[in-house]
Amino acid sequence: MAEEQIVLNTDKWIDNYADYMFNYAVVRVNNSDLAKDLVQDTFFAGLKSAKNFQGKSTERTWLISILKRKIIDHYRKINSIKGQAEVRMNFYNDGENEGNWLEERVPQSWDNQSEKAIENEELKSQIETCIDALPEKYAMVFRMKTIQEFETEEICKELDITSSNLWVIIHRARTQLRKCMEDNWFNI
Amino acid sequence: MFKNLKITCDQATTICDKNQYGEATIADKLKLMLHFLSCKICSLYTKQNNTLTKIYKSHSKSCKKSIPCLSEEEKMAFKISLQEKKG
Repeated sequence: MAEEQIVLNTDKWIDNYADYMFNYAVVRVNNSDLAKDLVQDTFFAGLKSAKNFQGKSTERTWLISILKRKIIDHYRKINSIKGQAEVRMNFYNDGENEGNWLEERVPQSWDNQSEKAIENEELKSQIETCIDALPEKYAMVFRMKTIQEFETEEICKELDITSSNLWVIIHRARTQLRKCMEDNWFNI
Repeated sequence: MFKNLKITCDQATTICDKNQYGEATIADKLKLMLHFLSCKICSLYTKQNNTLTKIYKSHSKSCKKSIPCLSEEEKMAFKISLQEKKG
């Protein structure tokens, strides 16, 4: 039996896929305007390369594969921006103390820890403020792993990074976030 | 043998972070336990990290509840710009 060939129907793209693609992008980049731009760029790129569509996958799968590439390009762009805010070091990186805590970054005891950990709007807002203070690539990976709860393998595949690279980013993000939450929530 | 199990605070906290997602190996966890015997700072980091994980998990749940969508106006703008591209 001959396989049914899928044909692109560009007139229906927005109605059929815009919401799905926007949702796909926004949970990864956590920025509604950027997600909209990525989706729009994807539709334009799809239109441009429509003649290359072989009909072997569904329209949606094909468009998502273009969107995935756009997300990787965005990640590479934010990864290569020179002079961007870096996470502060928490440990000596050379000398006899290499790998030990820097004195000014040593964790302090938290006041009323359990009381302060009760979920409320103020706490949510403080978490968001601290995540937003991270360099963009750290925030993106941290959100994908911790807030959206993607599998490590999936993130590595989607952003084209190694798992050891991912854990370095997660470690730096979490140590920075711990300090931010300590200074702005637990010990104020 | 024990020399191989000795880790720095940077390595210990990396393992601790990995462990928050259930992805530390048994060997990693053993190294971490041994490190705790001589490092109160990393023990405190771990305790605080556990608290933060609970907070992040509950934040994650509330974030996942809201499903972002495009407005009808935004979709219309997309349609217009796509039509323009088609020429």
